[in-house]
Amino acid sequence: MIPAAFDYKVAESAEHAISLLAEHGDEAKLLAGGHSLIPMMRFRLAAPGVLVDVGRLDDLRYIRRSNGTVAIGALTRHSDLEHSAELAQACPMLSSVAALVGDPAVRHRGTLGGTIAHADPASDLPAAVLALGATIVARGPGGSREIAATNFFTGYFESVLADDEMITEIRVPADDGGWNYQKFNRRAQDWAIVGVAVASGGTGVSLVNMGSTPMRASAVEAAVYSGASAAEAAAVAAEGLAPPTDLNADSDYRSHLARVLTRRALNAAGVS
Amino acid sequence: MTNVTLTVNGTHRSLEVEPRTLLVHALRDELGLTGTNVGCDSSSCGACTVLVDGRSAKACTMFTVQADGAEITTIEGVAEADGTLHPMQQAFHEKHALQCGYCTPGMVMAAISLVEEYPGLDEHGVRHGLEGNLCRCTGYQNIVDAVLQAAGTGGD
Repeated sequence: MIPAAFDYKVAESAEHAISLLAEHGDEAKLLAGGHSLIPMMRFRLAAPGVLVDVGRLDDLRYIRRSNGTVAIGALTRHSDLEHSAELAQACPMLSSVAALVGDPAVRHRGTLGGTIAHADPASDLPAAVLALGATIVARGPGGSREIAATNFFTGYFESVLADDEMITEIRVPADDGGWNYQKFNRRAQDWAIVGVAVASGGTGVSLVNMGSTPMRASAVEAAVYSGASAAEAAAVAAEGLAPPTDLNADSDYRSHLARVLTRRALNAAGVS
Repeated sequence: MTNVTLTVNGTHRSLEVEPRTLLVHALRDELGLTGTNVGCDSSSCGACTVLVDGRSAKACTMFTVQADGAEITTIEGVAEADGTLHPMQQAFHEKHALQCGYCTPGMVMAAISLVEEYPGLDEHGVRHGLEGNLCRCTGYQNIVDAVLQAAGTGGD
């Protein structure tokens, strides 16, 4: 399984990467850790003509806390999130979820910006930043814009990012409320068949692999906010959703998992 | 073609590759280091695990051009020059942590990185940490014993 040939460009700065994207249009893709893109290229599900390697932009690899916000550079690796004492203190859910992505070798290469830009509804970290109410900073030829995570994901592997934009930073509110992440799978190292992320004591809840995007479980959040029990809130976790059927699970089973896992996650986050 | 410079097992190597050449193919086909195996070819099995700048990486999921300037360690580079085995290799030998041996190079490289990254590993930590390395022979028990022995946190 050899990928199709491509031109390889090393970006020397975010601005350089954006100018290369603008020059090559939809032929070009950004390459960060490559752990989503390279497998897709090997299966020939993707065949970009130009790869712009942003993996060497170490100035976009940081975790900085100021006031109530943690700013994370887009090139920060999953293993950086996992081992950051500062993040574990300011936003323990995010560092714990990072430690559950793939396996150590994957976490050494994969980046937070990359997994968000890839917008896979089955991935862990996009759902985590959704539950936390993160802001995604994207830069394009005309400058930077801030996008609420809730407005970012638009479909399977689709987001509001333009062809000539790259994510530069993810801003997460420091969150000392109750939290939990439930990841249900049958084989070690697999993606979640269904996952549930709970932040902020139950008022931020998101679902993994329950549709074409990672999604906020708004009905659950509203129920928790109005004082419902964990069991009552979890009962509406799959309301109005049409989760996919695949080899691992059919749609009804996914809905069942969403309810059970939401209840467990809310309980673990301190909602009784 | 693109020129890439790597330090492989301590030796400076310069090679011409297509950008799409995966690191595992450069190591095997260009440099003759066939200890790094190709298993699943889709970043699941870990047979191709090497160290990139000291940390485990799957060489089937990395373009050689991405490793330009990096230090690569393969299974051929972990023993001493006089043949003395690396402590992890020695532990695999003593615990009989292999049968057919196909996964072993990747397993040893992943385990070396794991022990370095997570001090004080227990059995659960070893099993979780080796999730990305599949062995179809052993049932893992002897591999876990070997890693615990090398980590100094278990075994005899």
